[in-house]
Amino acid sequence: MPGDVAPGEVMVAAAAREIHDGDVVFVGMRLPLIAFRLAKLTHAPRAYGVFENGLVRGVPSPEALFTMSDTPNVVGAHMCTRLALAMALLGRGRVDVGFIGGAEVDRFGNVNSSYIGPRERTDVKLPGSGGACDIASLAKRLLIIMAHERHRLKPAVDYITSPGYLRGGDDRRARGLPEGGPAALITTLGVFGFDSQTREAVLRSYHVGGSIDHVREQTGWPLRVSPDVRETPPPTPEELQLIRALDPDGFWTRAG
Amino acid sequence: MSLAEAVRRFVPDGASVAMGTCLESMIPFAAGHELIRQRRRDLTLIGPISDILFDQLIGAGCVARIQAAWVGNVSAGLGHAYRRAAEGGQPRSITVEDYSNYTISLALLAGAHGLPFMPSRSGAGSDMSRAHRGMIEMTSPFDGAKLLAVRALRPDVAIVAVQRADPEGGAHLWGNLGITEEAGLAAERIILLAEDIASEAMIRSDPNRVLFPAFLVDAVVHCPGACHPSPVQGFYRRDHPFFAEYHAATRTVDGMRAWLDQWIYGLPDRAAYLSALGGDRWNRLRQLRPAPAAPVDYAW
Repeated sequence: MPGDVAPGEVMVAAAAREIHDGDVVFVGMRLPLIAFRLAKLTHAPRAYGVFENGLVRGVPSPEALFTMSDTPNVVGAHMCTRLALAMALLGRGRVDVGFIGGAEVDRFGNVNSSYIGPRERTDVKLPGSGGACDIASLAKRLLIIMAHERHRLKPAVDYITSPGYLRGGDDRRARGLPEGGPAALITTLGVFGFDSQTREAVLRSYHVGGSIDHVREQTGWPLRVSPDVRETPPPTPEELQLIRALDPDGFWTRAG
Repeated sequence: MSLAEAVRRFVPDGASVAMGTCLESMIPFAAGHELIRQRRRDLTLIGPISDILFDQLIGAGCVARIQAAWVGNVSAGLGHAYRRAAEGGQPRSITVEDYSNYTISLALLAGAHGLPFMPSRSGAGSDMSRAHRGMIEMTSPFDGAKLLAVRALRPDVAIVAVQRADPEGGAHLWGNLGITEEAGLAAERIILLAEDIASEAMIRSDPNRVLFPAFLVDAVVHCPGACHPSPVQGFYRRDHPFFAEYHAATRTVDGMRAWLDQWIYGLPDRAAYLSALGGDRWNRLRQLRPAPAAPVDYAW
């Protein structure tokens, strides 16, 4: 069975394990949405989801979602109100963990989802922050979800949409951001943590079928590897069954 | 008032327009299409995320400036027209002022309160604040905290879709509200697009569900189906394939033109658009499972 597991499914399982029971989770879209629902159904039944459109859910939506504002996400919510309230929860430090994705990330966990190339003459105009900058600025633990390719994991991103540890060390605090910052970078090839002093990304695990060398090849900065690096635990049969039930057409976990 | 008249009277060339303020739901596509049909030019579009509506207005050449947190296609990816305009000036160049969802909300909240700015902790250290006309680093006078001052935005008009409105401008909106309240209160004018027209007594029977005082509303337009392909809670679901179809159809300039001809220029109004969509497709989106709220009693 492991050979049949898609990288998206390994990422969802890894992301779900980063959610602790009772956490308040700023959910976001795509893979994190499935990870949140998986965590709720397995080890974190008392986690709450916060959505920036103004929704708070302690119970997953009754149907799979394409966007956070789909009608099944509103019905039976614990609260349904305005964006400013969701952002107040972030600002007041009441959000334990937040998810974001992006097009580029650097070794300090700064994420670009705005411009490839120089801003004034951009090569690719990406959609922009949405709520990502806010989540990265204010969540206690930030989880970054990325496709792992050498041109995406760069020594420095072209544009910091969402601040991670900025230039590393104490730079977040120096620039006025609260504590927090990236806790993990979950990619299609592995999972990184961040050094507690320098704040550099450190490879914690590589996914089944891969290797440290393969991760190194696909990483644009000199790879640091944790002394206790191991293979990412693949989804259990139960997790895999749930992931496939939550994304029945594989739209988010098996496409692309 | 008809939608065509409301747009003609209240949204001139060069206007700044807030739309799509609930995020992915309640997006007033009918109004955006009318702006395209009337060939409005040099608009500034203000919003949080914008699920393909801003992309369409940009592709039609209506837009000079974007003040938003996100422009693209939420379930399908990038906005092709946005890319062509920002990268290559096609069909015209646009100015992009990047916000996050939080900071666009704060900018409108400042506008709503008549204040020059609101402070933000979000965005410090990001590149969003560099070279941004609307954000300046500041220090809190109370505790020395480093913050961003986010300059007030006051749109010329906010176009807001609601489930029901009375002819005087009282309205009920339910579901996720996004930044709708601050956008409406900050704007000079408010245009409402209502799925249903209700009596004033009915709206006043539940005043907690009203977002703006009726005296701030300039136009009430009865426009069923105004938000397709985005969803309206209690009325219709999101048409997911429509977003994928738009993404595929608008990859090229010619494709964009053909899409605009098919869905906007070739159709006189929203009723014709819904007919073009086809009865089966539209009816399927309106097959809903009822989920009424418990009534409240304002007994006195």
